[in-house]
Amino acid sequence: MSRIEASHLITEIDYGTPIRMSEEQVSLTIDGVAVSVPMGASVMAAAMMAGTKIPKLCATDSLEPFGSCRLCLVEIEGRKGTPASCTTPAEQGMVVRTQTDRLANLRKGVMELYISDHPLDCLTCAANGDCELQDMAGAVGLRDVRYGFDGENHFADAKDASNPYFTYDPAKCIVCNRCVRACEEVQGTFALTIIGRGFESRVAAGATDFLSSDCVSCGACVQACPTATLVENSIIARGQPDHSKVTTCAYCGVGCSFKAELQGDRVVRMVPYKDGAANEGHSCVKGRFAWGYATHKDRMTKPMIRKKITDPWREASWDEAIAHAASEFRRIQATYGRESVGAITSSRCTNEEVFVIQKLVRAAFGNNNVDTCARVCHSPTGYGLKTTFGTSAGTQDFKSVDKADVIVVIGANPTDGHPVFASRMKRRLRQGAKLIVIDPRRIDLVKSPHVEAAHHLQLSPGANVALLNALAHVIVTEGLVNESFVRARCDMAEFESWARFVALDRNSPEASERHTGVPAADVRAAARLYATGGNGAIYYGLGVTEHSQGSTTVMAIANLAMATGAIGREGVGVNPLRGQNNVQGSCDMGSFPHEFSGYRHVSDDATRDVFERMWGKKLDDEPGLRIPNMLDEAVAGRFMGLYVQGEDIAQSDPNTQHVTAGLAAMECVVIQDLFLNETAKYAHVFLPGASFLEKDGTFTNAERRINRVRQVMAPLGGKAEWQATVELSRALGYPMRYAHPSEIMDEIAALTPSFAGVSYDRIDAMGSVQWPCNEAAPEGTPLMHIDRFVRGKGQFMITEYVPTDERTGPRFPLILTTGRILSQYNVGAQTRRTANIAWHDEDVLEIHPFDAENRGVRTGDLVSLASRAGDVSLRAEVTDRVQPGVVYTTFHHAATGANVVTTDNSDWATNCPEYKVTAVEVRRTNHFSKWQEQNAEEDVTLRRIDRSELQVAK
Amino acid sequence: MNATEEDSDRRLVVMARQIADFFRSYPEERASRAVADHINQFWTRRMRDEFLAIPGLRDGALDPLLTKAVASIRPGRADSSRDKSGA
Repeated sequence: MSRIEASHLITEIDYGTPIRMSEEQVSLTIDGVAVSVPMGASVMAAAMMAGTKIPKLCATDSLEPFGSCRLCLVEIEGRKGTPASCTTPAEQGMVVRTQTDRLANLRKGVMELYISDHPLDCLTCAANGDCELQDMAGAVGLRDVRYGFDGENHFADAKDASNPYFTYDPAKCIVCNRCVRACEEVQGTFALTIIGRGFESRVAAGATDFLSSDCVSCGACVQACPTATLVENSIIARGQPDHSKVTTCAYCGVGCSFKAELQGDRVVRMVPYKDGAANEGHSCVKGRFAWGYATHKDRMTKPMIRKKITDPWREASWDEAIAHAASEFRRIQATYGRESVGAITSSRCTNEEVFVIQKLVRAAFGNNNVDTCARVCHSPTGYGLKTTFGTSAGTQDFKSVDKADVIVVIGANPTDGHPVFASRMKRRLRQGAKLIVIDPRRIDLVKSPHVEAAHHLQLSPGANVALLNALAHVIVTEGLVNESFVRARCDMAEFESWARFVALDRNSPEASERHTGVPAADVRAAARLYATGGNGAIYYGLGVTEHSQGSTTVMAIANLAMATGAIGREGVGVNPLRGQNNVQGSCDMGSFPHEFSGYRHVSDDATRDVFERMWGKKLDDEPGLRIPNMLDEAVAGRFMGLYVQGEDIAQSDPNTQHVTAGLAAMECVVIQDLFLNETAKYAHVFLPGASFLEKDGTFTNAERRINRVRQVMAPLGGKAEWQATVELSRALGYPMRYAHPSEIMDEIAALTPSFAGVSYDRIDAMGSVQWPCNEAAPEGTPLMHIDRFVRGKGQFMITEYVPTDERTGPRFPLILTTGRILSQYNVGAQTRRTANIAWHDEDVLEIHPFDAENRGVRTGDLVSLASRAGDVSLRAEVTDRVQPGVVYTTFHHAATGANVVTTDNSDWATNCPEYKVTAVEVRRTNHFSKWQEQNAEEDVTLRRIDRSELQVAK
Repeated sequence: MNATEEDSDRRLVVMARQIADFFRSYPEERASRAVADHINQFWTRRMRDEFLAIPGLRDGALDPLLTKAVASIRPGRADSSRDKSGA
C-alpha cells in the first residue's frame, strides 16, 4: 500500500523519482538505517523507502529526475561535495546522510533564493495547505531572507486564465520544469516550454495562451506543479478539500482511477490516483475536469410521467412512476404478447445495474429482449474474438504496451478516444517502438511531436478486410508465419484452409489496391514489419467494428495475431479499445439477447438451469430482440414497451428517423437518465438516473479490469439506478432483494464462472482485479491465452472481403465516416454540459481541399450533408486530414443530428451499425435541414414539464 | 402483404444474405450448417418463422446457400403471442 489516509484525505507517497523495476537489489545505509532497494532506484527514492523524506521541489516520482532545485542535496561517504539525491542512483554499500548542518545551511540558502522573488501571500493563496514550496520552507526552517523582498520579481506578470479549468500565475512559478516535463513525459504532448533566459525564464504554452495552444488540458502539469502556479479553478474558487474517496471515471474504456476530493458532499476536484492500475496517476481533460455535469442545472431529479409524448411531463413520486411503468408493461404484454417489451442497458452504468436489468427482462418480463449499447460499438469484438480465441475480450492489460515493439493501430484514434492509454502508447513509441496506423483519416498519432508512424495505410473506408487479408497474404506467402506457434496452439486444418485462402492472388496487396487505395509496397512493408519487428501488438477501435464486415475484420485481426504468434505474452495481443467506461462490463453481464453473463447462450440447458434455480423462474431458451430488431418490430406494431437506462438511442443510433419512428410507435417508453435526453422526447415515464459520483458499483475497463465506483454524494434523484430497477421488478411481481450493490456482485460471482472469485472485498484488497478471477486465477488474469486459448485451439477463420452495399455514385459521391473528438464524449450529454465546449461547441464536417474546391466550400461555410437516409446542415472545415472523396464528422451535438445521415446497414454477424461508411453529397447551403428545424421545435414541444399539475395533485 | 411486412422481409433477406456471404468461402455443407446455426443462435422465433415463409427461399431463387440452410433453421417453436402472461 503506498497511501496514507490522514483526515480521510488520501495522499499517495511521492518517492521523488520513478520506482525502477529490477530483480536485483542494492543495500545501503541512509541516516544510519539500512535499506535494500531495486537497482536503479535513486538515493531520494531509497530514502523515502526507508521512511526519510529528503526536501525537494523539482522532483516527483511521475517524472524522471531533473536535478535543478538543489534542495535534495545529500552527503555520501567517500564522495566529494553534496550530490543531488534525485539524480544519484543508490549503490551497494553506500552510506548516505540527509541531515547535516552543512546540508541544512545549503538548503536554507536555496530556499532563501526561491522565496526572495515569491509572493508572500500564503494566506490568500489557492495552494495554501497544499503547497510544496510552503512545506519546504517549513522543512528547512526558513525564518528570514537575507536578500529582502525588494528585488526583481514577476508579480506584475499577467495570469493566463484562458483554460476554463485551471489558471497559470507566472508570479508563483519557481521554474522547476515539472509542468514542462509532465507535458512531455507523462502526457507526451510537448505543449509547454520554458521561454526566456535566466531570471526571465517562464513557463509558456508556445507563443499563445493555454487555450489556443496544443495543450490538451490533461491536467498533468497542474498535478505536477508544486506551487499555485498552475492550479485548478475549482480550488481557487472553493479552497482545499478535506476528504477524498477513490472511484472510477465514467468516461471512456480506459477506466481511470481518481480521487474524488471533497468538502462535505461537494466535489472540489478529481485527481488521478497513482495506485490506479489502468492510469497510474494520469488523466485526460474529461475525467480530470469535465465532471460538472453531475450537478448541472439540467439534471432531472424527479420522476415524471405522461400519457402521450405530446403531453407535457408531470412530476410524480417514485412509487407512482414505478407503479405506472409496471402496469403499462403488464398491460402491453397482456395485449401484444410476452415478447412485446424489452430493455436496453447502458455501458455508462455499473455492472450491478446492468445485471439487474437483464435479470428483470429475463425473469420479470419473461423474455430475452435485452440489448445494450455495445450493439452499436463493440458487439463484433464479442463475436469475432469468441469465435477465434474463445472469449469476448481483449487479450492484454494496458501495461503490456510497454513491451511492444511494433504497434498497429487500426480504426482507432487513441489520443482522442482513449487519451490516457494513448499517452502510455506514445511513451513506448518515443522509446523506439514502431507504429503502423491503418485509418482513412490522418489521426494525430500519424505524426505528432516525437511520434511518427512508420506506415500510415490510409485506406478507403470499408476496405479493412481487404487490407488485413493483404497483410496476411504477405505473411503467408513470404514465409513469415510463426509455424511453431501455429502448430502448437491453433487448429491446423483451419489454419491450412485460411493460409490457402489468403495466399490467393486476389488477396495480394497488388490485387487489393483497387479496394483499399493503399500502395501495395506500403502494405508489404507494413506486413513485414508487423511479422518480424519483435512483439507485435494490435489496438483497434470502432473503425474496425462499425462496418458491415465488422466481425469479419475482428476475426482477420485475430488471424494475423495467431499467424505471427503474437498472443499469450506481454507486448503482443489483440486489444479492442472500448468506447465507453463499461462496455466490457455491460457485455460481460449478459446484456445481449442471446446470452447470460459470462457469454453463455440462453439455449444452453445447463447454464439456464443454474440461473433458473438461483432466480426461481423458468427462463426463455430462445434469443431475444436486438436493438434494431426492437425498432423494426415497433414499427410493425409488435414491440410496444421499452425500458432504457442511461442510453440515448435517438441520438446515438444510426438512421435517426427510423429510430424515432420506432420509439414513437411504442406505447410505453421508460427512460432512466441524468437528463431529459433526445430519447426522452419519445418517453412516457422518466426515472431520474444517478451519476457515477452518486452510487456504488463496479466498472470493467478495456483490459477486463474490474474497478470500484464509490459513492461520494447522495443520489440527486433519491435513488441509484439499481434501486429503481429493483423496485420496478418488484412492481412487476418479481421481487429482487439486495441491500447493497456488493450483494448483486456476489450473485454475479455465484452465476458466472469467470467472475467466481470477484467480490467487493477482493477488489478493495487488490485495488482492482482482471477477470477471469476464479479458483484457477484467484488474483485475476492480466494476460489471456498464455498456454492455450480459452476455446482450446485457436481458430483461424476465412475472411473473404465483401464490399459494403453502401456505394457511392453520382448522387452521393463522397463517403462519410464518423468519430469523436478528445474534449467531447459520445452523444455529449455529459461533456456538452461542461466547459469542454470551449474546445468543441459544434460538430463540423471535415472535407478535403479538392472536394471543397469542387463545391465552392470554404472553412466556416454552412453545408448540407445528405445521404439516402436524410440530410443535416453543419459547418465545414477544409483540411487534408481526410483524403479526397472522404468526409468526416462527429456526433456529439444533438442539434447537428449526424445520425440522421447514417444508414441501417450493419455488421453481418451482430447488426452493429455501419457508422463508418455512408455515401453522401455535400453542398453549400444557407439553411438548416427540415429535420433540424423540426428537431429544434420538438426540443420544446416534446420536453414541456407542467409542474402546476403536481401542485394540483398535492 | 402490407408495406411494413414487405420491409420486414426485405431486412431479413438482407441479413440472411450477409450471413451467407461470410460463410460462402467454406465448403457448401459446412457453410449451410454455419448459416443455419448463426440464424438459430441470434434470431428470434418470429424472425425465423417470417424468414422461412419468404417466397423464393426454398426453391433457390433467393440464394442457393440460404435454400440449403433452410432445412437446418429451427422454426419458432411457440407462438409467443399466445402466452401473454409475462413472467
